[in-house]
Amino acid sequence: MSYIAILLTFIFINNFILVQFLGLCPFIGVSKNSANAIGMGASVTFVTTVASVVTWAIYYFLLVPMSLQYLQTLTFILVIASLVQLLEMVIRKISPALYQALGIYLPLITTNCAVLGIAIINITNGYNVMEAFTAGFAAGAGFTLAIVLMSNIREKLDLMPVRRAFRGMPIAFISAGIMALSFMAFDKSLLTNLHLV
Amino acid sequence: MKMNWNELTKGIFKENPVFIIVLGLCPVLGVSTQVSNAIGMSAGVLFVLLFSNLLISALRNFIPDSIHIPAYIVIIASLVTITEMVMHAFVPAVYSALGVYLPLIVVNCIILGRAEAFAARNTVVDSILDAIGMSIGFALGLTLIALIRELFGSGTITLFAIGGFDGVIRIPWFYNNPIRVMSLAPGALLLMGYLKAFFDWKGARKEG
Repeated sequence: MSYIAILLTFIFINNFILVQFLGLCPFIGVSKNSANAIGMGASVTFVTTVASVVTWAIYYFLLVPMSLQYLQTLTFILVIASLVQLLEMVIRKISPALYQALGIYLPLITTNCAVLGIAIINITNGYNVMEAFTAGFAAGAGFTLAIVLMSNIREKLDLMPVRRAFRGMPIAFISAGIMALSFMAFDKSLLTNLHLV
Repeated sequence: MKMNWNELTKGIFKENPVFIIVLGLCPVLGVSTQVSNAIGMSAGVLFVLLFSNLLISALRNFIPDSIHIPAYIVIIASLVTITEMVMHAFVPAVYSALGVYLPLIVVNCIILGRAEAFAARNTVVDSILDAIGMSIGFALGLTLIALIRELFGSGTITLFAIGGFDGVIRIPWFYNNPIRVMSLAPGALLLMGYLKAFFDWKGARKEG
């Protein structure tokens, strides 16, 4: 698959939140205002991109030669948890401004399904390292797109007369459902029509 | 020894992980297209949660505070790996249907949440009761969503094939008039919104 096809697949066709439901907890939890949503999206994109490459390398250079593929889940989650810690320390040292902006979201990312999800999907789909990098970035970008759109909807919803039982989370789920409906316009035929597969 | 039954029942209704605390939604919405997948996922979560609560509460005085989260993650990830291998060997159909959601039990907020909030500061017996209660609550929520989605979305209820029975129950009227969107992604989110609103409304009414 070409890189453009991977980008389109993970941003639109298989959007992590609206189609695959990966990373739904922060999507509902951190989408109350758009500044937080952008911060969360940027941190997730950063981590999915780096984690994709690192877990790919560990799988093919460490687990496969030692035929320890069954330890995939255990290894990946440990690598991701250490990576997030490391990134937090590096960012704090190099760029205090960036740390100010992203710092509070980083600890939440370890338990974000999206990061472990993309690491596993890269292996299942048999991507090479550049494809894994592209998929990691695209998955994060799709997450950012969905969470930023959602935060804008919720900022508007705060001003609307919503019935009491629907206020907060229920109306957020229903808005997400309607967003998912519109994302159904993108499907695999998009790639065929663009002559990408 | 006095059994603390409250720890068992609270997870089923009062603190239902799916509808009241709203934790671990990725698998709930991701695998709820068929009832059989929901049952497989619930079994996986029950196994992992039961043993993680058991091990963590048994080890709670030995795990140093500064590294408790990595220690919990290692315990949970090992249990998930065992679940994956057992399912791959004995129920390959369920294993492939659950796909990426099975290893993702590791990052399911319910498991780490219960370890942190309950098993780390309670006795082994209470933690086991808590795990069973939470798993039943999770299974009920997940199965309810899967039942509604499969019934409306494809007019069938898929259970497990036994003998001559292929495991698929076809519901007469719905089978010919399925509402396809219910079995697709948007249906899951819409249904979750309406169910959450219903449980919020019921909770608010009970409090008066």
